Amino acid sequence: MKPAEFEHHAVDSVEEAVGLLTELADDDVKVLAGGQSLVPLLALRLASVGHLVDVNGVTELATIADGDGLAIGATVRHRQVERSPEVAAANPLLAAAVRRIGHAAIRNRGTIGGTVAHADPAAELPAVLTLLDGSVEVRGTGGGRTIAAADLFDGYFTTTLEPEELLTAVHVPALPAGTGWAVQQFSRRSGDYGIVTVLATLALDGDGRISAARVAYAGVDAVPLRSPVAETALVGQTASAELWTAVGHDAAVVLEPASDLNGSAEYRRHLAATLTARALQQASERAGVRA
Amino acid sequence: MTGRTVRVTVNGVAYERSVEARRTLTDFIRDDLRLTGTHVGCEHGVCGACTVLLDGDAVRACLLLAVQVDGREIRTIEGLERDGQLHPLQEALRDCHSFQCGFCTPGFVMTAVALLEEGATPTEEELREELSGNLCRCTGYQSIVAGVSEAVRRVNGDGGGASGDARRVEEISR
Repeated sequence: MKPAEFEHHAVDSVEEAVGLLTELADDDVKVLAGGQSLVPLLALRLASVGHLVDVNGVTELATIADGDGLAIGATVRHRQVERSPEVAAANPLLAAAVRRIGHAAIRNRGTIGGTVAHADPAAELPAVLTLLDGSVEVRGTGGGRTIAAADLFDGYFTTTLEPEELLTAVHVPALPAGTGWAVQQFSRRSGDYGIVTVLATLALDGDGRISAARVAYAGVDAVPLRSPVAETALVGQTASAELWTAVGHDAAVVLEPASDLNGSAEYRRHLAATLTARALQQASERAGVRA
Repeated sequence: MTGRTVRVTVNGVAYERSVEARRTLTDFIRDDLRLTGTHVGCEHGVCGACTVLLDGDAVRACLLLAVQVDGREIRTIEGLERDGQLHPLQEALRDCHSFQCGFCTPGFVMTAVALLEEGATPTEEELREELSGNLCRCTGYQSIVAGVSEAVRRVNGDGGGASGDARRVEEISR
């Protein structure tokens, strides 16, 4: 199908974008970045807009800065992150997660800021931010603010951004040296959103005990979730296949996923348990080695 | 709705057209420029039939607006032959009987052209991953993977750059 009529505004600066978002606030205005989710919604007429503010020409949003963690501009393409030597060095988990997004042609256009602002509960990047306590920078007419990942995702496809605010950058902490990591996902077809995605990081001390652990899920709730159950159960324990299986089970039984055409709640819990055990195994294998 | 002027280079030819903001790049290429080699399947980014190259990158034309490519360079399947000779990829696909009905062909070809031009030498697994964004309902993909693998071997094999096919791919990409 074809999108319904709208006006298209190509902007060159964040100020211009925020100005238009404010001015057109009562006239169904949306930000257009990579368009890999928004344009299908428009084409299928699941969404309609009066105005699109196209930020693809805002050059200040298109760079990756590597300092205290990674600061990735909102319009940086997934492909750019996937191939960035800075990202590979600072946070290989991020690069691996991004590679799970869609297909090459989708990643050539899709943007980091777009996938975070879109907040699909099955999407990889919101889960990465949740796992690593990342944050986003947003700009409104009154200035800028930083929103921590824990305060950002507010429900299905919903964030705590104000309608006239523009997400300008995503901050992803670097993985501490020696931290093992894993991205485990199950989808029916290559390039689909994962039915369940599990992200994990593990650090081991000199005696082979787990000194730090993080586990997060996408696809099991309206927003990405950390697993306090898994994280608490892991720290202080010695790495073993039995531990991974037990933690996977305990973390999965407390999840309350929805049932839909892709799978029942029970099936999603089963996937979460299995993928958690695999993720922990893989993360433990990588711990101590900068992969 | 007022028309917007789009100036774009497609296969080395400059075009200027007035379009509605909601005109997708797929419809712009097919209906406004009459270049019907780019096929349109699902119109929402799933099938890959409309894949074209935007400044060298494979993209879904149905997920771009024509107004977004103002000043950019597009390449479509029509831009691959030179002086009546097929692109080395097309020759390899022909030699491997890679297609049946042909509807998905232009999308697969443009996806694989981008791969070849990057100098990629993927394993079969990596190649299947790269091609997985394009749907084919006839072949079962075996013959397409075989054809692209053959093209990779001819063009980028032995370190690439040395063969006549590699030179032709380089020339066509300019």
